[in-house]
Amino acid sequence: MTAAHNVLSVERLKKYFPIRRGLLRRIVGHVKAVDDVSFTIARGETLSLVGESGCGKTTTSRCILRAMQPTEGVIRFRTDADRDVDVASLARSELRPLRRQMQMIFQDPYSSLNPRMTISDIIGEPLLVNRIGDLATRRQRIAELLDVVQLPRAYMNRFPHAFSGGQRQRIGIARALALNPALIVADEPVSALDVSVQAQIINLMLELQDRLGLSYLFVAHDLSVVKHVSHRVAVMYVGRIVEIAPTATLFAAPKHPYTEALLSAVPVPDPRQRAKRIVLEGEVADPSNTPAGCAFHPRCRYAVERCKVEVPVLAPTAEGALVACHRASELGLAGVGAVS
Amino acid sequence: MVEPILSVRDLVTYFRPEEGVVRAVDGASFDLHAGRTLGIVGESGCGKSVTARSILRIVERPGRVEGGEILLRRADGRVVDLAKLDDKSQEMRNIRGGAIGYIFQEPMSSLSAFHTVGNQIIEAIRLHRKLTAKEARERAIELLQLVGIPQPQQRVDSYSFELSGGLRQRVMIALALAAEPGILIADEPTTALDVTTQAQILELIRRLQAERHLAVILITHDMGVIAEMADSVAVMYLGKIVESGPVDAIFHAPRHPYTQALLRSIPSVLAAPRSRLATIAGSIPHPYARPPGCPYYPRCHSFMAGVCDKSTPPVNRIDAAHEVRCFLYGAATETAA
Amino acid sequence: MSGAVADQAVPLVTAAEEKIAIASQLQLTWWRLRRHRLAVASGVLVILFYLVAVFADFLAITSPHATNSARSYIPPQTIHWFDEDGSFKPHVYALKGRRDMRTFKLVYAPDPSDKRYLAWFVEGYGYELFGLIATKRHLLGIDRGVPEDALFLLGTDQLGRDVWSRLMLATRTSLTIGLVGVALSLFLGVLLGGISGLYGGAIDTVIQRIIEVLRSIPTIPLWMGLAAALPNDWSVIQVYMAITVIISLIGWTELARVVRGRFLALREEDFVTAAELAGASRLRIIFRHMVPSFMSHIIAAISLALPAMIISETTLSFLGLGLRPPAISWGVLLQDAQDIQALALAPWLLVVAVPVIVVILAFNFLGDGLRDAADPYG
Repeated sequence: MTAAHNVLSVERLKKYFPIRRGLLRRIVGHVKAVDDVSFTIARGETLSLVGESGCGKTTTSRCILRAMQPTEGVIRFRTDADRDVDVASLARSELRPLRRQMQMIFQDPYSSLNPRMTISDIIGEPLLVNRIGDLATRRQRIAELLDVVQLPRAYMNRFPHAFSGGQRQRIGIARALALNPALIVADEPVSALDVSVQAQIINLMLELQDRLGLSYLFVAHDLSVVKHVSHRVAVMYVGRIVEIAPTATLFAAPKHPYTEALLSAVPVPDPRQRAKRIVLEGEVADPSNTPAGCAFHPRCRYAVERCKVEVPVLAPTAEGALVACHRASELGLAGVGAVS
Repeated sequence: MVEPILSVRDLVTYFRPEEGVVRAVDGASFDLHAGRTLGIVGESGCGKSVTARSILRIVERPGRVEGGEILLRRADGRVVDLAKLDDKSQEMRNIRGGAIGYIFQEPMSSLSAFHTVGNQIIEAIRLHRKLTAKEARERAIELLQLVGIPQPQQRVDSYSFELSGGLRQRVMIALALAAEPGILIADEPTTALDVTTQAQILELIRRLQAERHLAVILITHDMGVIAEMADSVAVMYLGKIVESGPVDAIFHAPRHPYTQALLRSIPSVLAAPRSRLATIAGSIPHPYARPPGCPYYPRCHSFMAGVCDKSTPPVNRIDAAHEVRCFLYGAATETAA
Repeated sequence: MSGAVADQAVPLVTAAEEKIAIASQLQLTWWRLRRHRLAVASGVLVILFYLVAVFADFLAITSPHATNSARSYIPPQTIHWFDEDGSFKPHVYALKGRRDMRTFKLVYAPDPSDKRYLAWFVEGYGYELFGLIATKRHLLGIDRGVPEDALFLLGTDQLGRDVWSRLMLATRTSLTIGLVGVALSLFLGVLLGGISGLYGGAIDTVIQRIIEVLRSIPTIPLWMGLAAALPNDWSVIQVYMAITVIISLIGWTELARVVRGRFLALREEDFVTAAELAGASRLRIIFRHMVPSFMSHIIAAISLALPAMIISETTLSFLGLGLRPPAISWGVLLQDAQDIQALALAPWLLVVAVPVIVVILAFNFLGDGLRDAADPYG
């Protein structure tokens, strides 16, 4: 994959939150929410960021959208004019034209729609504030967007309270699509939905990607959902990416012990597959006080002396994955659902 | 067959706010046996949590248990109908936490922030057993050890907000087991937790069940958790148990169209990458707009006009343990009857 | 799009549901409020009170300032509804006053031979309706003679002024002082609370500390100090304005906190982030997304702040620190009922307490109802 195809490339992204104490609010330390994260997303590709709460996946996504100011790093975005822009260093005023090309789908379908605006106002807002078309063309576009997300046009004048969670999520998707973005950041877009509705939204996102050539940064904790949407998966642990690999490879042959444990912990909806789980000991490390060496070593059953002192860096494997583990080449880790 | 420790018959719990009636639980029946796990699975609004709250008689107003029987076999062999008891009576309070322990989804709101976790466990122990303060404290430390809390001697004096989500849920389990109940009701015990922590808690519940021969009711929306944990399963939809049976039958030979569709539509780590999912049309109706007849008919692919939307389907028996509430299997009943 | 079946497969909604679906927040709030009986009744009551405030002069019978020592402490009169022939003709008996030579008290005896019939829309003292239209028309009077001689529904005070008429005008003063005070508080509260919540940082800290200092000062001594500092030669209007400023000095802090809290909460809302990502300007985000979202909170806060203002004015005036005669307000009227002698002679002077209690309760019930109704999403 050459750089020319990448819609986004993130290099050494860091986001530290200062910890302040005392009357003078002196900075006494940092929460390293995102610590040296790099990845790329190609056109038409879905990259999933997975990990447990506090691993920095949401912070990463907010930095990319500049809803948060990154501490360090480069976020290179390829505009529709085929120009590379560093989102991280842009001034607020320069961000606006760029925002049209990067949109977001939110986790909570309830709080992401303003309850005081009608559906057409919500979907039409990006068009309105970017002064696209006149009233009639905007209305036409809103109607088309409703078609795209498979909601009846007649619902245009309704308020969000009239819709179910799944329908609201469709409205949120329509809003994100309004400006024809190249990249959509989806932050846990189905985790608040009922099982029977999740599938509808997952399929819709897959279809839209095929039709519109969208790229997704898919932030999720549910590995089952991730398997259904991603081309590649990046696993995060305490602010760092520990493994990036094509989906099939990552699930079938994980190279990082944390990925292995994560996969093993996912309950499989088949009582005949009650496997012996790897149950991790202890708790996720505190991002304000990460262990020396590999942050995962206190919970890792394969840890050796080296892991306690030396921070592993992402290195390529034979299968086309990147893994940050000192013992990646020697361990034979178990995956799930070998591809048939 | 062994007598069930808990037997629920035609449980009816309705909420009657000013706007109308919500039939939260509408005629649910199931048996619970010692040492076994019954999984109750369903989506939002299906009544699975209200079922648990009905058994414990802690349904919040304007909800009320309006009918049916909840037969609990006490340790002395007596059978008590919890549905007939006054929810504030001494006996009900003894049963709650005594004979039936329970854990809920959000451990933070179930634990007091003003007392140490040890004091809360000690209180629970002494409520149901005559022990001195010192003995109860030792027992509390034992319980914390039992649920896998590291350094229980120190943790006994910490407050719930000092603990992580996983540890809090462990404390909740210790609290639920304080009075050595025969039944444990776990309502979405791992929904608020991360997947690796969820694995820890499920493992713990399984271990405790084996050690203490507990009867467990596990309530969840996650089919994966059910497949992992349950011996038998009840699938609920809009207040009705649409299908119930042994876990293997539910997952490998589901009969009800809803169970079938639900199983096809859930994402799985075993699926091929980027494979499309089968979907269930529409969404769950609003509780006030409950369809007549079979509540699932508007979304059902086997909908029979004039049948499913006219009357409620009866419970049809597939085999000794497998029951389904659907007109498609009506012939079986007729021959049986 | 094969395979995917969207939500419209569900049976069509009924007309009633469609009505709810296209109802705005304002309509939903109104529907919820309508179910809250006590709040609606209270709302009606509050409106009635403000109608009294608007039409105070029209409802008054005699000039509230007209004194006459010959009419001192007349007790409330009884209205006789029917004439001797049984026809419906409400009337009162004229009063004959004489001095009891043992107690030197004026005692009044009704004279059944001298009937004064009540009449609608009669002419009385002159005033300006809405401050514009000069008129002499009053709602109630008597058909012949001047009402100053005969009609005292709630009796008179020591100086022979009609308590009913004074009560009408006092209602106007006390209720409007609350409104002006709340308007002032609202302006300060929204401005400073908004700045505090929007910008945060040092400005926020400074404003919050000011609020804390202001709130930590005991109110009554503060008011007393400020009110005592008002020059004695100020006119009624000047004192009135000064008092509103004094009582809103504390009142704004509560509103500022509400506004700041809402701004902070809303800043984190996903729909605000969504608008930001869509490229909406800051002003649009504030006025299209944030302000409408806490308007309902503001309205509820106002309806709870108003009674506090009214009580403040009444307290100050009762203590003799607020409005002073010749101004008429509930507090001023209650001041008349302060000494035990006056109460023993004329217990009807206490009637002022009734509207104070009623209006405060009504405002509180209305405010609670509004708050519950305004936020269907919690």
